[in-house]
Amino acid sequence: MNGNYSAPTEVGRWQQRALIIGVVFTLLFAMGAFLDRSQFFHSYLVAYLFWTGIALGSLAILLLQHLTGGAWGLIIRRVLEAATRTIPLMAVLFIPIILGAHQIYPWTHHDEMSKTPALEEKARLYLNLPFFSGRAALYFAIWILTAYLMNKWSREQDRIADRRFTKLMRMISGPGLLLLVLTVTFASVDWAMSLNPDWFSTIYGLLFVIAWALSALAFVIAVMSFLTNREPMSRIVRPNHFQDLGKLMLAFVMLWAYFAFSQFLIVWSGNLPEEIQWYLPRLRGGWGAIAVAVVFFHFAFPFLLLLSASLKRNARKLVMLAGLIILMRFVDLFWMIAPEFSPEGFHVNWMDVVAPIAMGGLWLAVFAWQLSKRPLIPINDPQYDSVLAQAPAHAEH
Amino acid sequence: MADEKDKPRTVEEDGKDDTDISASPRLPASMSPNRHASPSLHQTSPRPGVTVGPLYGVMAEFDNPSNLVAAARRTYEAGYRKINGYSPYPIEELWEAIGFHHTRLPIIVLVGGIIGGLGGFLMQYYLSVFDYPLNVGGKPFNSWPAFIPITFETTILCAALAAVFGMLALNKLPQPYHPVFNAPNFKLATRDHFFLVIEANDPRYEHDEVVEFLKSLEPKEVTDVEV
Repeated sequence: MNGNYSAPTEVGRWQQRALIIGVVFTLLFAMGAFLDRSQFFHSYLVAYLFWTGIALGSLAILLLQHLTGGAWGLIIRRVLEAATRTIPLMAVLFIPIILGAHQIYPWTHHDEMSKTPALEEKARLYLNLPFFSGRAALYFAIWILTAYLMNKWSREQDRIADRRFTKLMRMISGPGLLLLVLTVTFASVDWAMSLNPDWFSTIYGLLFVIAWALSALAFVIAVMSFLTNREPMSRIVRPNHFQDLGKLMLAFVMLWAYFAFSQFLIVWSGNLPEEIQWYLPRLRGGWGAIAVAVVFFHFAFPFLLLLSASLKRNARKLVMLAGLIILMRFVDLFWMIAPEFSPEGFHVNWMDVVAPIAMGGLWLAVFAWQLSKRPLIPINDPQYDSVLAQAPAHAEH
Repeated sequence: MADEKDKPRTVEEDGKDDTDISASPRLPASMSPNRHASPSLHQTSPRPGVTVGPLYGVMAEFDNPSNLVAAARRTYEAGYRKINGYSPYPIEELWEAIGFHHTRLPIIVLVGGIIGGLGGFLMQYYLSVFDYPLNVGGKPFNSWPAFIPITFETTILCAALAAVFGMLALNKLPQPYHPVFNAPNFKLATRDHFFLVIEANDPRYEHDEVVEFLKSLEPKEVTDVEV
């Protein structure tokens, strides 16, 4: 078949624009560091967790689609791979979090942690900066290695049509996914839950896993709808591929709601002071309004719309919903993190808006650069023929 | 269908293949099960065995799915509406090709889900607030967060039941008899052959035209299907 699947030239223009926006907003954001140091790091953490989530969520979906197979995975694989190749960037961007840990994490303050014996022990054994940094290094080592292997074998598979690479990728995907869920759980405890060293929730890690997978999936849908309007993807992608992605998004939205509600229900039923202290500030005043908005626009509204098959088959409508979910993912993350810094009431700073745009610009520039480096379809995948065989029937239509 | 009964139907053979279906031995029309009594049993065809009684429709046989989809698409474009495709496995394009866009099933499932959700919630509300109010840890009787899991379960249960029984009802299943099984080759529809039927109740149905039209789609075979 006509085998030219290189990315459209618009991806290059995308990369430039993202880079310009990223640099301009980074400068603006850096100014904020001099104006209000602690606010800078608070905004930085939320933006960082958001964009890292898209990179790591992409890694999770990449491993998942190698395990399940199917046309939807083949179509989006190169987008996912490009996103996983941004993980080294996120490792570099983690350094400011270590540098600003004193502004972010209460467990870096000795007087805070000497309040109770339990906190003292936590600080001594687990929540201290050397161990925290070492753990982060380990997480990134595991993520970068997994992403590196998946990308390497995928490129080898492009070069030589050998079933060996397909098998290798499939083999690593199961253990890799297990390891990813564990490391993301630990990372979410370290990076987000430890903002409140007294509080704990056992489903918190899974909540991050599904939240990051959901934001990655919504991002992939957005990229796919952009690519589908252009050669070469316009030859291949069909409405039922979008329907599959939409179904998966519906499942992720439901799973996210399930985890989020489970945590709430258990805390609400137990009604214990050490547990409800996390929810109390988040359900009052402005934070409470955000919580209601999250229930409606992160769950109810997308859930009801995604039930419709015709909406899922319509790339233009689906991408708008994906955009809403990406936005609500950020709002939800902000709602989970920011109240720790201002529990007395709703508070938003201009840096909370600038930070995700700055980091997003840089991230998207690297993503677009990586996306343009490889063909958009893995032509030597065993499923390639069956996916492509369906395509001409549609083209006729 | 009544007007079909008094006209005998004739199918010309394809001519290119002697082993084709219309020449193969089959039950005399009068012996086929469930046949409607018909006055048109006399044979007017030059070939015995190809003239049949009242018809369910005309069937074309294909040996691969893309031919079936292409043929179905052309049939729909030619203006026929009462058409149906049969295949050993689901073909995604086929339902689009025969113009089968919507069923009422989604709305049935939605209604089932809403009834299940409301029913589940109201049941718990009635039990906890009116029927047997219990003070649990000082929480209000209407402790809605605690009702959500069961509300969710009853929603899924009723939606799933609505889906299964709605599907059966819309397909008019169970259906122990269906005319397409009268076509001798139709047993291959569960193996490796693909069939397209233009039903006799199509508003544009004109038997000879339909036969000619189906032949123009280059099927392996065109057969009449008795009721």
